Order: sequence, then structure tokens, then C-alpha cells
Amino acid sequence: MSGEPEFYDLRVNGATHAVSDAWLGESLLYVLRERLGLPGTKGACEQGECGSCTVLIDGDAVCACLVMAADAVDANVTTVEGLSAPTTLTDVQASFLAAGGVQCGFCTPGLVVAVHHLLDTNPNPSENEIREAISGNICRCTGYGRIFEAVRTAREERVAVRARGQK
Amino acid sequence: MTAGTTTRSATRQGALGTSAPRPDGIPKVQGRFAFSSDAWAEHMLWGATLRSPHPHARIRSIDVSAALALPGVSRIITADDVPGQLTYGLITADQPVFARDVVRYVGEPVAAVAADHPETARRALQLIVVDYEPLPALLTAAAAIDPATPAIHPDGNVIRHQRIVHGDQNVVGDVIVEGTYDIGMQDQAFLGLEAALALPDDDGNGVELYVATQWLHEDQKQIAACLGVPEERVRLTLGGVGGAFGGREDISLQVHCCLLALATGRPIKMQYGREESFLGHIHRHPASIWLRHHATRDGIIRRIEARLVFDGGAYASTSSAVLINGITHIQGPYRCASATVDGWAVRTNNPPCGAMRGFGVVQACFAHESQMDKLAAAVNLSPVEVRLRNAMRTGDTLITGQVVDSVAPVERCIRETAALPMPTDLADEPDPLDLPGGAGLTADRRHVRRGVGWGVSIKNLMYSEGFDDYATARCTVRDGAVTLEFATAEVGQGFVVLAQQIARTVLGLDDVYLEPISTNVGSAGSTSASRQTWMSGGAVDGACKHVRDQILAHVASTHGLEVSRLRIEDVDVVDDLGTLRIPVREATTGVSFTHTFEYHHRPTEELDANGQGNCHVAYAFVAHRAVVDVDVELGLVKVVQVATAQDVGKVLNPLAAIGQIEGGIAQGLGLAVMEEIILDNGKLRNPSFTDYLLPTALDAPTVVATMIEEPEPLAPLGAKGIGEPPCISVTPAIVAAIRDATGAALTRVPVRPQDVVGA
Repeated sequence: MSGEPEFYDLRVNGATHAVSDAWLGESLLYVLRERLGLPGTKGACEQGECGSCTVLIDGDAVCACLVMAADAVDANVTTVEGLSAPTTLTDVQASFLAAGGVQCGFCTPGLVVAVHHLLDTNPNPSENEIREAISGNICRCTGYGRIFEAVRTAREERVAVRARGQK
Repeated sequence: MTAGTTTRSATRQGALGTSAPRPDGIPKVQGRFAFSSDAWAEHMLWGATLRSPHPHARIRSIDVSAALALPGVSRIITADDVPGQLTYGLITADQPVFARDVVRYVGEPVAAVAADHPETARRALQLIVVDYEPLPALLTAAAAIDPATPAIHPDGNVIRHQRIVHGDQNVVGDVIVEGTYDIGMQDQAFLGLEAALALPDDDGNGVELYVATQWLHEDQKQIAACLGVPEERVRLTLGGVGGAFGGREDISLQVHCCLLALATGRPIKMQYGREESFLGHIHRHPASIWLRHHATRDGIIRRIEARLVFDGGAYASTSSAVLINGITHIQGPYRCASATVDGWAVRTNNPPCGAMRGFGVVQACFAHESQMDKLAAAVNLSPVEVRLRNAMRTGDTLITGQVVDSVAPVERCIRETAALPMPTDLADEPDPLDLPGGAGLTADRRHVRRGVGWGVSIKNLMYSEGFDDYATARCTVRDGAVTLEFATAEVGQGFVVLAQQIARTVLGLDDVYLEPISTNVGSAGSTSASRQTWMSGGAVDGACKHVRDQILAHVASTHGLEVSRLRIEDVDVVDDLGTLRIPVREATTGVSFTHTFEYHHRPTEELDANGQGNCHVAYAFVAHRAVVDVDVELGLVKVVQVATAQDVGKVLNPLAAIGQIEGGIAQGLGLAVMEEIILDNGKLRNPSFTDYLLPTALDAPTVVATMIEEPEPLAPLGAKGIGEPPCISVTPAIVAAIRDATGAALTRVPVRPQDVVGA
């Protein structure tokens, strides 16, 4: 690749990864997928329209296709792989399965990250708050009905967990 | 049989009829499921495709020298580097692997590059110099039908013309209604972009391909022909598929990727971006349909006359089959004894069109349902009543002369949809997100009007016109576990879980493993035409039943019993005297059984010159009722609710079924109010998700659905395919609701704001 090669570190899912010999123009999405071996984050539009590449940067949900990887130096990046160990499921992941929110599954990683972000920042969202929060994540298979159901399931579970904690 | 046994069988976890969990579910929610775009190999290169910027041009020369000189570029190939057949195609091989002398659409592949980085490949494409001489472009289907128009392809401009002439041609109705309806070009817009990884064999004479496709064996056949190698030297494994909806039935990057792998001797990864995806796969045919209904004053249809024109774009793809679906479904799910129908699928210099969910019937349905509302108005009946009066039943004869011997609960679909609850009225001071225009905060509540509309449809299942369609599956039982092998493309619909459910139900074993989906086993046919539950489901069912019989024979011989007295009940082998009950798991310990089964559906026929013949296998039906709110000042539409009753035969997995219904409705909504590829001189104006609008979570209507279970005797599992019907009549139902709210005529989809406001 032409241009001066770049060397920098990225902090992803709690671990520091050295990025070496990269092109400066590479997006965070490309570096995660092609250089760091983290293909869970998906790309489908390259324009921040579909949300398939949603990751958390310092707790904010962003489209990794719109961020240059070199711009994420010094930030904490969380990808779908960082949400759960291979043998465990988060409440959101479990609710997607229970509600039938997964078909082809291509939008799923981005949606799972987006729903975690929603419930972590707004633990008891209304129906319209749910719709608005995931309106940047396009799903072509489900028509969203089972995904809404998954978010409701996870919401009720968190409400119940908090209620138990307050007793 | 005791009641206890029945209950136990019916609720056994993971069996047919339960919402068994998908085997790919956990990796998909964790981000650990490997899609074809995630495939990776040591020392791989990236492939990229150069495409025509012209709708029609002669290629004078191609100069690749500057591109080849770019550091990191390994190889550039053009039409001169295709060792085998120069063209491919699903029905007719009329599409060049690379254009050689002439390009016929914007986006047609001209060359391909292999380089060390996708950005290197992209820059190399910019350095290839192609000298084009632009030619006059044929851009309208109407012009393509005109015999005076010069042919843009050696096969001519008319891909297919077919008539249907049925019944008394002199019938004239007391009431006549007619209209011309236009359907825009829709894109499948699957999320997972085209991607593949090709690994060359060491001897350079074969290749292994990991690819997202709908039909592995058809790809294998077409790739091998173009590579000039025997089919067995092209081995395909399904890469994880991120949706398909018809858009992966044709070849896109498969041949290019394999050619580059053989030319470089290195693994090649190819992956389209979104813009290239819009250019690189076929779309739903735009169509123009004139339709006239003759009816009695009571609203009974006596005769239809129709003329349908489908723009197939530059290459044939499946246009001829789409056409037949369009013309043979133009009567809708209604009885009709007399018809004259003319249909054309034509070639133009527009992007090629082919399969998309609904396959020709979507277009026909928008026309016939718009007509049913016109007829209702003309005879002063409600939209529901006019449909009930004409509703088709099992035993009726279609305009092709074929008798509908499928279960045909059209009347029940309509009545059960009508019985579903209506949404609450829009509040006087609603949340802005509930108004048309939503978060744009543009709507004024006083300008919002509500409307209700109906759509009902008939859809053929499986392939038609004499095609010997089949599916293959292999079942092996060893030590109490089942292994299934099939080449059925899992594109998201959930065949992988259905196959497990079938095996558990037939064999009484809970552990069902799936081999990778590949060409190591016989063809399963395409994941399309709502056919895999019936076809591959039939194959898995047949293979499992043969293995079950082997197990019963084994138990009979080891226990000295008559095999005819044995059966599998729940998880046990039992005899009908009550003397034996051993778990299947135990009975199969230390032994193995296997069977490979090919399921064929009953034969169909080609249509004759008058469009008569038993051309389809079976039919499914569905009704939709849509409720919309329309801002009549701004022309913005919010689809509030869609109610539906669908004829499914039998529900095999309730969660998977509702997922198909809700997903199909969203795609039909897209065609009704937002999705359209806009062309300007053959060039796509909006090949991106910024400009091609897809339904989001804020656009999704509330769906209230009921599934009508009348098991289909023709179907191996009693279940009809359920993938396509949900997206067909919802589109005209939404448009009818907008008409109801506004009074606008609305003869084209998608409905644009100016169609509503300008009315």
C-alpha cells in the first residue's frame, strides 16, 4: 500500500493491540476486521446508514466505518466480541435468541451492541425510545418485530433484576 | 394411546411444531458466526472488478499497463483470460464473464484485478484505460418490443413473449374497470454484501470456493463451464449468508474470484461494497401492466384482459420465468373463466433484473388488487365483499386451465384478517414519532388522515414449467446421534433448525449435527420460490425415514420381533404389543445407519401457445389489511398496522414463521412507499443506503398475524412455503389505504410524496 506505513496501538475489549504497517486511511472497521482478527463487527454500507458496524468508543455507540482507526488511539473500544466470553451470553444476546430476533444474523452484532448501549444509558425505554434507539440499525430479514420483542424482554429482565436488588 | 403420551410427543423440545432454537443462533449473537465476508486465508490477495460507466458502448481497447505497474498489483484479467465458456446465465448463458467488444449496461464487468490490499486494487482499477465508443442506448421496455428497434444482443430484444387465451373470448361484462399500473425497480438490499474466498488447487486445475449464494450446485455448474474444468474440480462450501431474497441466485463475483485464484495461484478474497452490490446483482423487474376486468353488476368477475411488460435489463437472468409467474398470477386469488393475457420480458440497456422475493407475482398483485378496489367501487361493494364473492377455492380452474388442487383457504384468509383487531385511533396530541415524517417533526396533526386498504394474493410454490426440481439430503445415525448433510443454502430463513426438528421428530434422537453446507452431497436446488421447507424438508424427512426403517429392522432382528410391529414413539422404539420399549439412543449404540434421499415434486408442464398447461406445482394464499396515516399536506405516509392471515399448511416452527411474515411485510412496505432504484440514462442514481431508502425500526408497522393451518396433502410435511406470500399483497394493501385516506389514484409504486400531494 502506498503512503508512509503507520504504527499505533488500539485498546479494544480491554486489551492493547499493536497495529503495524497500516495505511493511515484505514477505518476502524477495517482494522478491527482485517488486522486485529475481530470480524464480529460487520460492514454493509460504508456510510454510517446501516449500523452493522456499531461499536462503543468510550461508551458511545458509533459506526466503526466512519471512524479512522488511528483516530481511536487512546480510546476504549468495545466490540461485540467484548460483550461476552465464547461460552456465555449477555442478557441482550439471550433475549435476541429467545425472541426470534436472529435470522441471517448480519445486522445482529451491531444491534446487540446498540441495544446494550440503549439499556445501559436508559434502563427502561418506552416503545418509541426503543424504536428510535435502533433506527440506525437496518435489519432486512425480520421486519424488526422480533427485535422489538427481544429488547422488551431484556428491558423487563433488567427491571426485575433492579427490583430484586432494591429489596 | 394414552393422553400422557400424546402430550409428551407434542411438546418434546426441539421437535416439529416447537420454536426450536437455531443452531447458528449463539454464534450469530456473539459475532462469532463466520459470514462469507469473514473468510480469510494466509497469503490471500484482494480482487476487485472494473465496470462499465456506459449503458451501451463499443470497447475499442483496454490498456492495463499502468495498472499492472502499480506496486502491489499481481494480475489483471479481461475477457481474453477466460479459458472456458465466455458467458453464463441461469436459464440462458447470455451474460459475458467480462465484456469483450461491447458493454450493455452501467456496471457490466470489464476486467478484474488482484492486489495486496483492497485500496491498492481500487487504485489499480482507476489506472485501467478503456477506450469506449458510446452507442445509442435502449432504455425503455416499450421501445424494446418494437421490432423496428435494433437488437442490442445477438439473442434479440424480446427475451420471451407468452399469451394466455382461455375460455369464451367474447364475454363482455356489465361492468368494466381498467387501469395501467407501474411497479418500480426494487433491490434485495441484503445486508451481507457479496463476498467470496477462492483457494486454487496446487495443480492449478481446480478451485475451492467459499461463497454466499442461494444454490451451490448451480454456481458450481456455471463456474466450471467458464473455467473450462470438470464440475468436480470446483468445490463449493457455503460461506455464511447475510440475507438473499433472490439477489444471490445469479452469478456475481464467483467466476471472477475463481479466475483470479487460478491466474495468480494465490487465495483470492472478493468483497463488494454497497455501491458495487447495487451494480453487481440483479433487481426486481420494473413492470408496466394494463389490466381490464369484466364483471357482473354483483361484482362477479367474468373475464380479464391484460398486457404485462417486464423490463429485464441487459441480460436474461430469470426474466422468462418471472414473466410466466406474472402472467399466470394476473387473475389473483379469484375465479375467472375467460382471459386474454399478453406478456413480454424484454432486454434493454438498463441493469439486469431477475429474482426477488415474490418473483413476478408482486408486480401482478399490485395490478389485480388495485383493480379489485376499482371494481368494488364500481359495483358499490366493500373491498372485503368484492374479494369474498370472487374468492378462489380448491378445485377451481385457473386461466391456464390448471386445476387448483392445493388447499385454497382464500375466503378464510380474508375473514380471519378482517376479524383481527384494528389499531387505536391516532391521539389528538400524539408523540411526534407516531406521525408521518416522525422524527423530522414536520407533520401537523390536523393534516393527518387515516386510511384502510386490502390486498389478497396467490403465489405458486417451487419451480415451474416442467423443470425437474429436486433436493438431496443424507442422514446418518451413529451411537445415538444424527448427522445430516445437505447443500441447502441457509440464507437466514432457518432451514438449519427445521432440518434438526425433522430429524428429532422422525428418529426420536435429540442430538442432531449438521455437516458444512457444500457440494459434497447432491443438489438441494435453490433457496428460492418458497421451496426449501417443502423440497429440502422433504429430502431430510425422506432420508430420516429410511434410516428409521433401518433402525427398526435392526431392533427387530436383534430382538426377534416382526419389524412391522415396531415404531418410534417419542424417543423410544416400541412394539404395538407393548412388550418392548427401548430408547432409540440405546438401540443405535455401537451401530450406524445411513441413507441419502432425493425428493422430487410432481412433474409440471410447459405452457402451450395459448398459455394452457399444468405449469405450477402448488399454491399458497394470504390476505393483508393495512392501516395508514397520511400527512396530506406533505404526502408523507406512516404505516400504522398490518393485519394478515396466511395459509401456511402447518406451522413447523412458530418463531421462525412469524419472523418470515413480519420480515416479508417490511419488504412489501418498502416497495409501497420508499424503495426504488432510480435510473438516469441507464445509470443508477441512488446506489447507496443513504439514497436507496429501506424501512427502519421507526417505519415498521405493528403486525397482527394469524396462521391458517390446513395441512397441505401434496406437501411432505403438510407445510407450505411461507417466505414469499408475506411481501406480495401487503404492497397493494398499503397503497389502497393511502388511496382511502387521500382519494389519490396512485397507479405506481413506490408511492412518492408528489403522487399524494399532487393528486
